[in-house]
Amino acid sequence: MAKTSRYRCSLLSLLFVEMASAAEMPLNMTQGVTDISQQVYHLHMTIFYICCAIGLVVFGAMFWAILHHRKAKGVQPAQFHESTRVEILWTAIPVFILIIMAIPATKTLIAMEDTTDAEVTVLVTGSQWKWHYKYLDYPVEFYSLLATPQKQINNKIAKGENYLLEVDRPLVIPTGKKVRFLTTSDDVIHSWWVPAFAVKKDANPGFINESWAKVNEPGIYRGQCAELCGKDHGFMPVVVVAKEPAEFDAWIKEQADIQAKAKAAEQELLAMNMTMDEAMALGEKTYLGYCAACHQAGGGGLPGAFPALKGSKMATTAEGKAAHIDIVLNGKAGTAMQAFGKQLTMQEIAAVITYERNAWDNNTGDLIQAADIHAAKTGKKE
Amino acid sequence: MQRQPDHLPLIKRLLLATALMFGFGFALVPLYDVFCDLTGINGKTSTMAATADKAVVDAKRTITIEFLARPNADMPWLFAPQTKKMTVHPGEIKLVYYEAQNPTAATMTGQAVPSVSPGQAALYFNKMECFCFNQQVLTAGQKLLMPLQFYVDPALPEHFSTITLSYTLYDMTKHAPAETVTAQVSTGGNDE
Amino acid sequence: MSTVTHDHDTAHHGEHHHHAPSGLKRWLYTTNHKDIGTLYLLFALTMFFIGGAMAMVIRAELFQPGLQLVQADFFNQMTTVHGLIMVFGAVMPAFTGLANWLIPMMIGAPDMALPRMNNWSFWILPFAFAILLASLFMEGGGPGFGWTFYAPLSTKYSGDSTALFVFSVHIMGISSIMGAINVIVTIFNLRAPGMTWMKMPLFVWTWLITAFLLIAVMPVLAGTVTMVLTDKYFGTSFFDAAGGGDPVLFQHIFWFFGHPEVYIMILPAFGIVSSIVPTFARKPLFGYASMVYATSSIALLSFLVWAHHMFTTGMPVFAELFFMYCTMLIAVPTGVKVFNWVATMWKGAMTFEVPMMFALAFIVLFTIGGFSGLMLAITPADFQYHDTYFVVAHFHYVLVTGAIFSIIAAAYYWLPKWTGHMYDETLGQWHFWCSLISVNMLFFPMHFVGLAGMPRRIPDYALQFADFNAFISIGGFAFGLSQLLFVWVLVKCIKGGEKATDQVWEGAEGLEWTLSSPPPYHSFTTPPEVK
Repeated sequence: MAKTSRYRCSLLSLLFVEMASAAEMPLNMTQGVTDISQQVYHLHMTIFYICCAIGLVVFGAMFWAILHHRKAKGVQPAQFHESTRVEILWTAIPVFILIIMAIPATKTLIAMEDTTDAEVTVLVTGSQWKWHYKYLDYPVEFYSLLATPQKQINNKIAKGENYLLEVDRPLVIPTGKKVRFLTTSDDVIHSWWVPAFAVKKDANPGFINESWAKVNEPGIYRGQCAELCGKDHGFMPVVVVAKEPAEFDAWIKEQADIQAKAKAAEQELLAMNMTMDEAMALGEKTYLGYCAACHQAGGGGLPGAFPALKGSKMATTAEGKAAHIDIVLNGKAGTAMQAFGKQLTMQEIAAVITYERNAWDNNTGDLIQAADIHAAKTGKKE
Repeated sequence: MQRQPDHLPLIKRLLLATALMFGFGFALVPLYDVFCDLTGINGKTSTMAATADKAVVDAKRTITIEFLARPNADMPWLFAPQTKKMTVHPGEIKLVYYEAQNPTAATMTGQAVPSVSPGQAALYFNKMECFCFNQQVLTAGQKLLMPLQFYVDPALPEHFSTITLSYTLYDMTKHAPAETVTAQVSTGGNDE
Repeated sequence: MSTVTHDHDTAHHGEHHHHAPSGLKRWLYTTNHKDIGTLYLLFALTMFFIGGAMAMVIRAELFQPGLQLVQADFFNQMTTVHGLIMVFGAVMPAFTGLANWLIPMMIGAPDMALPRMNNWSFWILPFAFAILLASLFMEGGGPGFGWTFYAPLSTKYSGDSTALFVFSVHIMGISSIMGAINVIVTIFNLRAPGMTWMKMPLFVWTWLITAFLLIAVMPVLAGTVTMVLTDKYFGTSFFDAAGGGDPVLFQHIFWFFGHPEVYIMILPAFGIVSSIVPTFARKPLFGYASMVYATSSIALLSFLVWAHHMFTTGMPVFAELFFMYCTMLIAVPTGVKVFNWVATMWKGAMTFEVPMMFALAFIVLFTIGGFSGLMLAITPADFQYHDTYFVVAHFHYVLVTGAIFSIIAAAYYWLPKWTGHMYDETLGQWHFWCSLISVNMLFFPMHFVGLAGMPRRIPDYALQFADFNAFISIGGFAFGLSQLLFVWVLVKCIKGGEKATDQVWEGAEGLEWTLSSPPPYHSFTTPPEVK
């Protein structure tokens, strides 16, 4: 039975992918790719059919009355106005129907909340407006940002197939294994949602939540943040790639290697100096990825909400330099300005500050190097 | 108008009800904590040290404890558990350490906030000593080993096999009260 | 049903006795329940159009994928203020207006019990909304954290308009509480002789229960916004994990207010429909007593279901089950009401004037909203529905085709009584059919969009949702325009028209129909005998 339903599901998911690529919307809830998501789908359909049946009876009676019991037909109104037997009956029948509904709902819910015996655990951290994934069993962690270019959003260029549902680095998980997601947040409440897994769990700052999925089919599954989390709530998608376990193992090993090397290289990079052109190029890329959402591509900010960098005192004067490095590294408490010290490499931070101090007529000529950032981080004087 | 019934008693009662409900809104705050203590909603652990007089070790069961530590995004400290995962028998008293380091050039105050998942397991996770009971003050560059002594209540329901304990470390430098207490074990010193 | 003896010629006497000032002062100083009712209703109508204009901005932005008209943060402000205005500025004041107009006439009282407080409870409202609307023009814009203002988005991460938001919600709360006290005192103390509890019209019953709900939960809302204010400005940490608080606590407190609030916005609607259906079916309401019990049990249950808005916050299974079962249970008394209405129509002699049309639409469409509510109650399925357009569809079916349709129905139903003129039936029918078609174009496709996975409160969406959103937006604009017809009908009816009789509707029963149309300044100076 499980086999046939899986087979049917794979056919359906194929259909779904095809529909999605034609930018056509499915009209119903997805069956998803986990046993749980299919249970949820069937539960949803069961209740939907029951509602339809009740609706048919109630509205049927009502429209019958509207058609036949009208004054225009010359009928004399009856005068009955209560019947204890009928009233008890239509209290009892709904109770009975509700019990019928509650049984499968309870079963599915208990199965969904059983997070024990997971084989892979991922810590999912939401922050304004991106997701961070950290594998607890492997030395791999990364941020996952919206990959749709700003120009598509502003209608300057044609929109891509996965408009707003694409990220730079998707979460990768193995198929056929129970993967547990621990969700938390760095700032406001977010909600991590992948419809194909029937997983939607709030990310609460300071607290962890658990959910899990055992994905049956390899594929790319897309979702979005489901809890209003501020300005770019609509722009923090979730993309999960499910790979066969062997492929996953290879991938995670490769990632662990890359990240270990990057860490080692960071020390070397400290000694390396970027040229102004290098710094500006890397800085622009970093700025557009991490800063432009609030401070805007032109550095003008949004008055009252996000300060302008263009012409600002901090970004244009020599005295502002230390504060500038500090605010990028450590953020500003109580505002939307986050600490980027842990999100970006020191080289990227150096480059983005260089960019901010030289772009849009902020011509300070300052060139910041990774070593400066390291010095600021560890509190050593330059 | 012929009738002038006395409205005052009823108005008074209704105003009293309004005031009481306003108070009730605030009373929900401590009530929620009580409710959490009773039911384990949201995985809050007790902020009070537990005692282990009655604990009997149940050697037949093993529980996996996962330790998670995360400085919040705006907290520059380094913060990690020395042990990532361990198995314990219910009732067994265990001691683990977390490492914290303040890499900045200023003295800072941190507060670790615990959260347990699954939430209900929080009721059975007893901390006899925890750095999260107090704020921590670290001077520039200071490293600190922070202890956590705990046991899992043998009454933990059967269906729990793994408990995840997560700490989020917040920067409380701006809100630190004057008499802050540091933890007991410290490697101390500016060793950088 | 009831025989009434009273003096019809008291109108002139009342006016004379009061030396009522004219012009603006008349409205500013008025303590008359009809004047205040009119003020409330006109205020609600104004707010309905302001909130509606914001909905038009939202729908215009969502007409196509991409950001065209507004930026993301302004979009959030629009959804937030649209919600606040519609809930606190349109639906609630409209019901209060109806209560003011109708309760004294229905229970045989001369006026509301506390006329001066009545004046205050209305006149602070425009200030509350002026403050809220003014905050949109602040640097940094108005509140953008949703009408549910979840912490810490509304505390640590919000702009300074939050202070204005808190202040204006406080004023709205005070106004509602004063209104509720007035309703309760009036119903308790001013009922005509013989008007026993179980003889009260259902509108009076539902409003009495609503008033108790208001007194129970509006202070909790006031507490919530106060905590938000102190968390933001005065260093408390009710909702901040770092200081030992809990952001999920916010949601518990908010929804402890929020769920009864939902019933505050629907119980009076039940009362209205229960008045209209028997009139046009020419047959007494079926199951009066069970209607009263059903309303009371809905009100009581509403205090036990708040966490069904929070299934995804990570509750233990037993709590999820408890809230799921309680929520499903609400379907029972709600079902009883719908069955009773259908039974009232059964074997009646129905006619289909505009109030009846809106009431019938209410029954069908509110029930559809009830069905989606039942689906949302099922926790595992709610994980998929939560915070999607499915929810948006659900609560708009309940609030627009539910609460607002009932208010429109009430306006048509009692307008001849209030003005003394019949409204234009043809125009009214046009208004009804335009509204009915456009409102379903607007909200029905949202079910599909939600099931397909579109989250709510997003200014831009994936391409697959484009066609449906364009269609929905067209429905939205059409619904907005249709309401201009309503204004036309209202203006026309107030200005003049065919004289209305005292009873107005052939099948109408109740004390208000024994008064002249329009009724005298002081409704019943001599209490009528109710037998």
